[in-house]
Parts: sequence; structure tokens; C-alpha cells
Amino acid sequence: MSLVSALYVGLFYFATVFLVVGLVLRIKTYAQTPAPLKIPTMPAPRTETGVVFRIFREVAFFESLFRSNKWIWLFGILFHFGMLLVLLRHLRYFTEPVWFWVNWVQPFGKYAAFAMLAGLLGLWARRFLVARVRYISTPSDHLMLALLVGIAMSGIGMSFLVHTDIISVKAFFLGLMHFSPQPLPNDPLLLVHLGLVATLMIVFPISKLLHAPGIFFSPTRNQTDSSREERHIADWAKALEAGER
Amino acid sequence: MADFDVPELKEYLEVPEPQKGVTNHLAPFVAKGAHQTDLGYPEELVDNWKEVAIEKMGDLLGKYRSLKVFLDICVHCGACTDKCHYYLGTTDANNMPVGRQELLRKVYRRYFTFAGKYFPKLVGAIDLTEEVLDDWYSYFHQCSQCRRCSVFCPYGIDTAEISMAAREIMNVVGKGQKYCNEIIGKVFKIGNNLGLPQPALADTLEGLEEDIEDDTGVKVRLPLDEKGADILLVTPSADFFAEPHVDGLMGYAKVFHEAGVSWTLSSEASEAANFGMFIGSYENMRKLALRIRKAALDLGVKRIVFGECGHAWRVAYSFLNTLAGPFDFLDQNYPIPQHICEFTYDLIKENKLRLNKEENDHMTLTFHDSCNVARGAGMGGFEGGQFVIPREVIKAVCNNFHDMNDDTIHDATFCCGGGGGLLTDDLMEIRVKGAMPRMQALRQVTEEHGVTNLAAICAICKSQFAKTLPYFGFRMDQIVSVHQLVSNAIVLKGSEQEAELDGTAGEEGDTETA
Repeated sequence: MSLVSALYVGLFYFATVFLVVGLVLRIKTYAQTPAPLKIPTMPAPRTETGVVFRIFREVAFFESLFRSNKWIWLFGILFHFGMLLVLLRHLRYFTEPVWFWVNWVQPFGKYAAFAMLAGLLGLWARRFLVARVRYISTPSDHLMLALLVGIAMSGIGMSFLVHTDIISVKAFFLGLMHFSPQPLPNDPLLLVHLGLVATLMIVFPISKLLHAPGIFFSPTRNQTDSSREERHIADWAKALEAGER
Repeated sequence: MADFDVPELKEYLEVPEPQKGVTNHLAPFVAKGAHQTDLGYPEELVDNWKEVAIEKMGDLLGKYRSLKVFLDICVHCGACTDKCHYYLGTTDANNMPVGRQELLRKVYRRYFTFAGKYFPKLVGAIDLTEEVLDDWYSYFHQCSQCRRCSVFCPYGIDTAEISMAAREIMNVVGKGQKYCNEIIGKVFKIGNNLGLPQPALADTLEGLEEDIEDDTGVKVRLPLDEKGADILLVTPSADFFAEPHVDGLMGYAKVFHEAGVSWTLSSEASEAANFGMFIGSYENMRKLALRIRKAALDLGVKRIVFGECGHAWRVAYSFLNTLAGPFDFLDQNYPIPQHICEFTYDLIKENKLRLNKEENDHMTLTFHDSCNVARGAGMGGFEGGQFVIPREVIKAVCNNFHDMNDDTIHDATFCCGGGGGLLTDDLMEIRVKGAMPRMQALRQVTEEHGVTNLAAICAICKSQFAKTLPYFGFRMDQIVSVHQLVSNAIVLKGSEQEAELDGTAGEEGDTETA
């Protein structure tokens, strides 16, 4: 195996472990930090089922964002759902035999890459064109978009222009999954694509990309409106009360 | 009239370009030593304030999931940037909700995140310096914790939570705000924000009883510290003296009178307001809330009803059970606590009040949803009850009602500009500028529907509007209490108004035999 292949084997193992462990730790922190007061943004659902629907609408339709800004909503939807289809399509490189429904996604997934790219470019354009958004953008906001645009463009390049040896790529990933590393084709576009993906995986648990798991823990969205009916109290507040008696 | 530029009211609300630091100089008076120590905070800025601040931030991050999650997950999408009334009124970039959050988030990143520790420039992380503390002091006191941003954020990030945490940190290092801390101290010592002692309160209530009797011929009582009453009314102390608040209080009294319930005010809990929320202090908020529990127990009441006060209703509805519960000693057949609007609304639905809408015909009303009621509490036990119930009460007592623009009511309501501990003269400029979006909506409905008056159910909103309406060419008395309208329309049994309506004025003798 070439040095490059060996490097990528190491990189992907590291990135995977970093992503999984990082996310698990972060989610654990979110879950374990108490929410001492009922602070749902009202009006809020009165039942747990209602809360599930509220969060579903936020995650599936970006409900609040739709109310707030149609451009960000449009670009956000294009990017996120484009990326979702692209990711589903990519399952074919990790499964043997390929799951039947992944084959159905395949044609859509290929073109969804353009939706993803269009969404990203729209969001990026706002960082330059809208003074308010320009003001709040940090270098890392731009780099994050650059990273995702890089991933999308290198992927589109391989899908539509310079094909890579996709059979070997699949063998590489199945090899990783079965702990018997296989060589990776030495295509520059592929190496760029995979390098950027691994970077994204590493950045994920230490960046604003935590908004993905974070939204499920947002107290303004995940709490019920039931404070008059049920007493809600955190352990540290109970200890505070006990200390006074 | 003002030594600053009052924002111009345009036909439509315009979103300004962000400017750097234009309201950096607007900071409230710093609390004096005694005001700090009353609340358990150091007298003045402590020597090792940076360490103390960072330690406190860590403490709060471990106690509040909201803070922890909200500081992590903002993606700088910009959805909130045009949603804050202070931004719209001042154009200061730090008044964009995300701008305000970043003031704290930058420091959080520097001390608590991997990226901020090792790549501060990349992610915009900064050290905590005196300059940063000054920015915090200015801009976290230019937030009324109205939560409008949290409605529009795709992740529900609530700047109020961040402002509260920042204020708690500033208090702990010894840089608290005079207005809030002085008032909380007064409640601890005397029982209410105004520092009104029991005899003065009793005197005031007696005066109001006389006023009602003069006006209606009916003896309506406003009892104080009456043991064994069924209902404890907890209301903002502004209701005891100022217009239009006091007219609302007379309205509650008339409603209770007509309902035939026994009720009382308490001199110990003569304040619904709970400024402990504004300074983000669970301990102080709890201490204030426990006064109400104690008063309810001491007086042996069965129910607690809250008067018209926005943030008090948030604390009452959303937090009281947590802070001072469980209220197992109260009658469980009624909501604990109940809002006066819920109380009145139930009576209206049951047809138990005789209301003469014509008494309010000289006005065309609109309703200002107070932020803490709209986005921080509920009413009536159904989703959105806090929007429906006050409006239904108004419509039951007034013939002329028009809502303001949809983008400015219900959960999208614009703050009055004086909430969250900003209702102090040393912050007049930010209050006037922050009132602009609401004033713009009011002007529109004035021009299009001939609205003459703005009704509200919040003492802060009422005081703020009484002060700021004139800056925008309105009259200060255009703000009214919802229960002032009820008070105008209610026809008390045996009153002069009843006699007049039934055509029996001056011939009482005949009614007996007719």
C-alpha cells in the first residue's frame, strides 16, 4: 500500500473516533446539564407529543427560520436537504450488497449535489452582500463554508467530469470497516474530497456544527407548557432548598 | 424635549445597516455598595474580578442547559439580526441579538472551548478585559429580555438567558445595576418596589374605596391583610398609585365585588414584580417568590390571583411552582396562580358581569401584547390563551377594537422598550429608541383604523408608554389598563349606573313595587 493510502487509512480512523467520541461527550454534557426553569418560547405545546412535533417541524421544515427570513430558509433548505440526499446516496460505498432503497435515492442524490452547492453559495453570498450578516461573520464561518463548498465541488467533479475508480474507493471503505485496509486510488480530486470530509468530521464536535445535536436540547423548543400543572425542579435547586431547612 | 435624536416613524419599519458602538455610552448607574450587599453581592468590583467572572461563568454553564447549549450552537445565520427593537431603534451592531450574544460567547470560547483556546482569532474568541466588561455592562443593559429573538432563531437561542447570565456574572464581580438591585432590596425590606409601607398602603386603598363609592354609589372594598379571605391578590405596586395602573386596580376590585368572592391584598407581598429574574439570580428570584408563598400561608387563602404585570406573570406562571411550590395548601380546583384576566374572562363567559360597552365608546382600542406574557407565559390552559383572553376581555367591554400589524402582535410582539430592568431614567435614551418599532405599529393602526388608545396588562409597559408616547407625538394618557376598560364598563349591582341604564334613576322606590 502506498504512503498516501496508509495516511488516509489513519486519517479516517482518527476522524471517525474523534467525531464519535467528541459528539458523544458533547451530547452527554448537554443531556446532563440541568434546565432549572421552564423557559419554552411560548406559546408552547402542552404535551410531550406536541413537543415532538414542534422539534420535528424545526428539524424537517426549519419552521422558525421560515418565519424569520425566507432567503436564509431557502438556501438552508437547499443545502441541508441536498446534503441529506447526497449522504444517503453515499451509503452505497459502505454497504455490500447495497440496500435496495439506496438505489432509489441514487439518481436524486447525484443531482442533489447541485442543490447543496447552490444553497451553500447562497449562504456564502449573504456573508458578503448583507451588511448585518457580514458584520457577524468570523473567519471560521467563511472557512466552514469553503470546506463544504470544496467537498461539494470535488464530489460533483468526480460524479460528472473526472470519474475515479469507484470500485476501489468502495473497497477502501469496506476495508476500513472490516479492519483490513485496502489501497486508495491516487486521484487528486478523490484525495481532496476525502481529505476535506475527514477535516469536516474532526471539526464537527468542536465547532458551531454542534447546532445539529444541540437543537434537540434547546430548552426553548423542547419543553412543554405545563409549569402550573407539574412542579419542575432541578437537583441543584432542590439542594438549595434542603440547605435552608 | 430630548438631548438625543428620537427615531423618526416611517411608513414601514426599515431595517438599518449596522453601526459600530453608537450606543456604547448608554449604561445605567452602577449599584452602590449597600444595594449590592443587600442581595449578597460584593460592594464594588473585586480585585480578582476576572478569575471570579470566569469561575462564575463556569458555574452557570454547569447549572443552566440553556446557557451551555446557546453559547455552543449559534451558526451566525443572521435570522435574528433584524428582530430586536433596540437594534431597529439604535442601529448599533451589538444590539443585534447575535451581536449581543457574541459579547459573552467570545469570552466563553476563549476560556471554555478547544477552538477558542488554541485558535482564538479564527473563531473570534477574546480575553476578558476591562473593556469587555464595560461592553457587557452597556449592552446587557440594552436588552429587555423580551425573547423576540428566540421566536425567530432556528434553534430557539434566547438572548434573555444570555443577558441574565451576564448580569449575574457582573453582580458577582461587584458591578451590578443600581435600578434593579436597589428595588430588590426594597422588596426584601419593605415589601414592594416602591417602598410603600403598610400604613401608606392601607391609606391608599381606603382612598380608592371612597373614589369608587363616589363614582358608583356602591361600597366596593379593597381589603388589606385580611385573614381567611379566599383569594390573595398579588399585583405590581404601581397599581397602588399611578395612572393608568390604579384604574386597573379599581377594575379588579369591582370584578371581585361582582363575583361575590372574598379577597385581600397583603402588605408583606404587596409586589408582584420579581426583579430577581432580570438580574438572572435564581436565589434572589426565589427569595422574592417565597414572600408570596408566606403571605398565602399566613393569610390562609385558598387561591392566588395576579394583577396586570408582564414579567411578574412570567415568574408566576412559569416559575412560581418551581421556586416556591408545591402549593398543595391551595384549592386545586383553580389554576395556581391565576391571572386576573383569566378570572374576569371566566365571569364574562358565564355571563356573570353586566357590562356596558358604551362607556368605552370614546375610545378605539388596540392591544399591546407584553413580551413576558406573550412569549414567557400562558393563560387559560390552552396554547395561545395569552393572546385570546385579554383581547376577549377588551372586546367584551369595548365596541371599537383593532389589532396592530400581524408582525408586531402575539408572539411577534415588539417590546415596549422599557422591560427587563431598563425602566429607569438613566436609560431614557435607549428606552425611547427601543420603543420605536412599537410606536411605528401604533401609528399605522392610528392612521388606518382611527385607534385612539393602547391597552396593556403590564405595569412596566404602562409606565414606559406613559413616558415615551409623547416623544413620538402621542399623548401620555393614550395608554390604558385592560381592567381600567373593565372598570369603565362594569355595571355594579345597585349602582347609580345600573339605575340609569334601567331607567330607574331617582325613582328607586318604584322599583321595589314594580
